[in-house]
Amino acid sequence: MALTGLEIFKHLPKTNCGECGFPTCLAFAMQLAAKKAALDKCPYVSDEAKSALDAAAAPPIRLITVGVKKPFQTGNETVMFRHEETFHRPTGIAVTVSDAAPEDEIAARAGRIAGLSFERVGMQIGVNLTAVRNDSGDPAKFAAAVKKVMEVSQLPIVLTAGDPAAMERALEVCKEDKPLIHGATAATLDAMCALAKASSCPLTVSGGSLDDLAALARDAAAKGVQDVVLDPGPRGMNELLRDVTQSRRLALKKNYRPLGYPFIITAAESDPVMEMVEVGVFIAKYGGIVVTNAIEKWQMLPLLTLRQNVFTDPRKPIMVEPKLNKVGEPGRDAPVLVTTNFSLTYFVVEGEVEASKVPSYLISVDTEGLSVLTAWAAEKFTPESIKKALESSGVSDLVDHKKFVIPGYVAVMSGELEEETGREVLVGPREASGISTYLKTVWKA
Amino acid sequence: MAVEPVRDKWKNPITEVTIGALKEEGGTRASVVRIGGETTMPFLHDDGGMPHEPVVAMEVWDIEPTEMADELRKYYSDVYTDPAAWAKKCVEQYGAAMICLRLMGTHPDWGDRDAAHARGAVRKVLDAVGVPLIILGCGQAEKDNAVLPQVSQEAKGERCLIGDITEGNSKTIVASAIADGHNVICEAPLDINIAKQVCILATDMGIGLDRLVAFHTNGGLGYGLEYAYSIMERSRLAGLGGDKMLATPIIAVMSTETWRCKEAKAPESEFPHWGDTSRRGIAWEALGATTYLLGGTDVLVMWHPEAVKTAKAFIEKMMKK
Repeated sequence: MALTGLEIFKHLPKTNCGECGFPTCLAFAMQLAAKKAALDKCPYVSDEAKSALDAAAAPPIRLITVGVKKPFQTGNETVMFRHEETFHRPTGIAVTVSDAAPEDEIAARAGRIAGLSFERVGMQIGVNLTAVRNDSGDPAKFAAAVKKVMEVSQLPIVLTAGDPAAMERALEVCKEDKPLIHGATAATLDAMCALAKASSCPLTVSGGSLDDLAALARDAAAKGVQDVVLDPGPRGMNELLRDVTQSRRLALKKNYRPLGYPFIITAAESDPVMEMVEVGVFIAKYGGIVVTNAIEKWQMLPLLTLRQNVFTDPRKPIMVEPKLNKVGEPGRDAPVLVTTNFSLTYFVVEGEVEASKVPSYLISVDTEGLSVLTAWAAEKFTPESIKKALESSGVSDLVDHKKFVIPGYVAVMSGELEEETGREVLVGPREASGISTYLKTVWKA
Repeated sequence: MAVEPVRDKWKNPITEVTIGALKEEGGTRASVVRIGGETTMPFLHDDGGMPHEPVVAMEVWDIEPTEMADELRKYYSDVYTDPAAWAKKCVEQYGAAMICLRLMGTHPDWGDRDAAHARGAVRKVLDAVGVPLIILGCGQAEKDNAVLPQVSQEAKGERCLIGDITEGNSKTIVASAIADGHNVICEAPLDINIAKQVCILATDMGIGLDRLVAFHTNGGLGYGLEYAYSIMERSRLAGLGGDKMLATPIIAVMSTETWRCKEAKAPESEFPHWGDTSRRGIAWEALGATTYLLGGTDVLVMWHPEAVKTAKAFIEKMMKK
């Protein structure tokens, strides 16, 4: 929670010495509040005031970084609902590897996890972390499994072990890569904090209630471990939803520091579809990291798609590249359609063209990510912009006809468009759902 | 020191809507479905109540769905030429709480069948099953205006949920719903202001708020889910906060919307990196459905029996306090 200028002013020396470059302490405080000046410009500020101001300036949910080569970050969230601003850091998906498995299986599984990556709407979406679990109970085996995983995968690691001795052995292998130590309970807090401190790695604390979690996080901070992730343990997803919601409210609305950390949730549902659904709950609702056994592509593609949806910034429409797109293998008499480069519009239209099974050229016109009617009203989808898109697409070299189809909603521009382009304009359906029928029955080259 | 929780307390409950009418209420249903009444955002039972759990309706067509995905055909090809048999299978084998009959065959592109055909289909389904009915027109305004009043009459007294009305097309359907005692679905194109406007248009004609359900034209997972999800959250927050025109229960269509998504049905042979088709489609529908439940959906319309099973199990888990 950012402080106001007046609140900051209270902590300043109030001498108006001017050495900070501003005429008065109050003026300096106002600049600090606006983040236009830094506190170290004041040579006289007390250490107490400094730490008070630093603490107040810290984000309500701490930013945690796991890993070095492909670092994963979680935290710094600012809202309860995505429409209030946006959710900033996509939930990390961690897939498990058990150290009790044979060595070659460990390597194969870690490789599969690293390969769970898909291209969607022009973006690469993938699994973020590998969670190595000390199921064997053997510290040496745990360390060996971690080593094996690191040989085949660059993903950051979550070290899941309850035994500090096992954790110590594993950290010897991988501490340079800043794994997440997962983690401390009330019983092992001292030992795990010592390991976290010595290795400068983030640490999870696990407790069965928000009270327990807050107490453990406070104790960890007192022991010098600031990079904390909260683990509410395996419980029903209804209870978990309640607690992660409550925790985010406390952090954001009350600036309650002991719960101002991201959450790590371990999916506990055993049915493979329900497990996926459980992961989905904490993608939509406040999960920092979700640990899951779901390694199948059919499970991960929907989950990563959901994450992409939920973490899309609602303030900026996602756009597709304005260009000529082929749907199927269009021939020289194939239809040519134009639409906007607002990704939702584009993908709906593309889906319908595809569903029609009529191979076509589809041109996404640069409308700065606006949909058809909005772009038309904002003069981004105009005869000029369409003409430009047609020309740069090179489509006239690819087809033998001189026709193209525009969305029904902009039928009004067809006359001007014909003059502008010298091509024959056909007015398509208003709704994308009519495209399939249109292409099958109305379109003729 | 114990953590002092922050409670969201809301002043305006979501309206309660009853779908279906028992014999003593002038209908012939064996069961009725009540939705709405929430005084909290979904499943946050410490903040307020959810007196009725969300329900799963299953979609049935009046004609053979010739473009149905293969994964669905496995379950429906033995019944989908007969809406009565199809509805019966959904209720008896897959536990549908309601049947959503889509009168696709009346669409000009799907055979352009007349109102008599539609009445026949509605009658068959009403006779075949005892659960309440959702009846959807083909979505073409002129045709819906010709067909839905007839259908409304056929189902008079059964307190169905009929739709959709839109900003530009509400009068005919609302008038029939009032005359025949049905509920109405208010459709808006991912736009909270239009959603409100449609509700105002309907109530201005004299239909009660307790007869309206909002449909935000949701897409399937990956196809604009985030827009519908956020509109649901926004309207639910506004409704709980006191805006009665946004305090209606919400319906989400997962059936047709999921099964037009490429990822739900594309064969593994063509897309090996997407994994097992038969599981992927179920996952696609189930995950979209449960996410919309988290956004405030009260009625899911679904298709794949396994996805239905997951959604129902999810509801049961989340309704536990």
